[in-house]
Amino acid sequence: MHMLTIARLTVLEASRRKLLLALALLTLVVIVLTSWGFSRLPTMNGVTPAEVRVAASQLTILVAFMFSGVLALGSTLVAAPSIASDIESGIALAILPRPIRRSEVLIGKWLGLAVLIALYAVLSGLLEMLGIQWATAYLPPNPATAIAFVAAEGIVLMTLALLLSTRLAPMTGGVIALVLFFVGWIGGIALGIGQAFQNSTIINIGVGSRLLIPTDGLWHGAIFYLEPSDFLAAARAAGRVRAGNPFFADAALPVPYLLWIVAWILILLVLANWSFARRDL
Amino acid sequence: MEAADAASMAVHTQDLAKRYGKTVALSGLTMSVRRAEVFGFLGPNGAGKTTAVKLLVGLARATAGQAWVLGAPVGDLKTRRRLGYLPELFRYQGWMKASEVLSLHCELADLPRAGWKSEIAGALETVGLSERGGDRVEGFSKGMQQRLGLGVALLGRPDLVLLDEPTSALDPVGRHDVREIIRKLKDRGTAVFLNSHLLSEVEQVCDRLAVVDRGRVIATGTMSQILGQDGAVRVRVTGLPPEGRASLGSYGSLEDEGEWLTFRGLSQDRVPELVSDIVNQGGRVYAVEPRHETLEDRFLQLLKEQDR
Repeated sequence: MHMLTIARLTVLEASRRKLLLALALLTLVVIVLTSWGFSRLPTMNGVTPAEVRVAASQLTILVAFMFSGVLALGSTLVAAPSIASDIESGIALAILPRPIRRSEVLIGKWLGLAVLIALYAVLSGLLEMLGIQWATAYLPPNPATAIAFVAAEGIVLMTLALLLSTRLAPMTGGVIALVLFFVGWIGGIALGIGQAFQNSTIINIGVGSRLLIPTDGLWHGAIFYLEPSDFLAAARAAGRVRAGNPFFADAALPVPYLLWIVAWILILLVLANWSFARRDL
Repeated sequence: MEAADAASMAVHTQDLAKRYGKTVALSGLTMSVRRAEVFGFLGPNGAGKTTAVKLLVGLARATAGQAWVLGAPVGDLKTRRRLGYLPELFRYQGWMKASEVLSLHCELADLPRAGWKSEIAGALETVGLSERGGDRVEGFSKGMQQRLGLGVALLGRPDLVLLDEPTSALDPVGRHDVREIIRKLKDRGTAVFLNSHLLSEVEQVCDRLAVVDRGRVIATGTMSQILGQDGAVRVRVTGLPPEGRASLGSYGSLEDEGEWLTFRGLSQDRVPELVSDIVNQGGRVYAVEPRHETLEDRFLQLLKEQDR
């Protein structure tokens, strides 16, 4: 099982290069600061518990957005050089003549990166939620599922960067993946506006963008599980006023879309494997 | 040569070709490397040496032709367990210790875990890095990285070791050590494919060699076959009439440099006859020097012949 050897090597590299340490320290600082900020909400003059709850729920979504952004950008930065820099530096020349398939190297790297992403999402998400609960006594309705969607967003972007890494220089692959990530975000906003105003062209563009780059879809999946039901009902009642708000989701992601995301990841891995296997080194 | 014959060879290629876009890196390479021999692969820069090695270890795919390594078609996963390879331009993970790099390669080469410790210690000792096994590779000089690379290539007592310019970053002591390592490999029955443009290195350790230029073999054989069975003789002569000089052409190809005449392709036992002939024609002989042709002379001559 050389795939697991490569996965272990990927995690070990992140640890030895002090990536894990730097992320852990910075994340702890952010969690302490945001928890302190949340703890100020109930102490404001004349604020009611209901108002604290609404403010906490909105701020939780914003904090989750920050974490999802860090995870998405971080995943790209780590995945874009994963194959490309091994080829550029000559590390691949020493490893690939061994009795190991290129697919094992590729899937091993994917697995190692996915573990890192999931680990970061779970630990940082858990600590942040505990901090918020300590500060405001508020806990979102389904934080575990929201964390899973944020992790999946990172994994989707990492898979895209890994595919690009089989052919493009780290810098080029990384920039392309990030541009597509932001295009997907704008596509999600367009979809919201199209749905509010029932414009089929804009809806089609938005749906197309969500299918091609599912990161924004996953972000909306995460938001939905962070919204309390009373807030959701009030927001739905507001109608078009909420149109295109990238921090609001009025429904859970449909199962076919979730299945599409799984298929999307598999398709990209097959493409990456095909591309890497055919590359002359 | 059929596949069955190729099975008995350490390496066999038949019309192996590789093109990168419009650039032809290798065109119709046909050669054989026997088991347990040290085979030199010589050629000028850009001749296709590294491309050939990359095709043999499965790093690149041939455009045409066939190749077998240790009797199996190139790329065969099981056969790669019996291969050792030192790439020309490579680097190991700088964040790893030298012993960890070796351990990783033991794992990737499917060596039994119980033997890793002795394999790693043996490899470090062979390449003179016993004291540095616990140091991170990022602190290694280019020469030390090359030594480590050689150690990695030797893990698991492979049947074939491919060395691509193994001494390019080494000092004279390091080069001497590598020659000794190659000799030991041969003694224990390992075939060595030595890709080099350092002619003296090839001359000292190789049993047979192939000279490549522009992607194809232009000469192959043992060292004496490449250098030619018959050597050259230089004779310093005065007083030889022009018609006498012309008649000496029958002894071999003649280079006339005034007092010095060089006869190429002249068998050593005909030298007394030549001297006697010169004297009979009125020439006075001051010196007769057998001239040993070096691999460098022959190499340059072969390349020149290709250019014509």
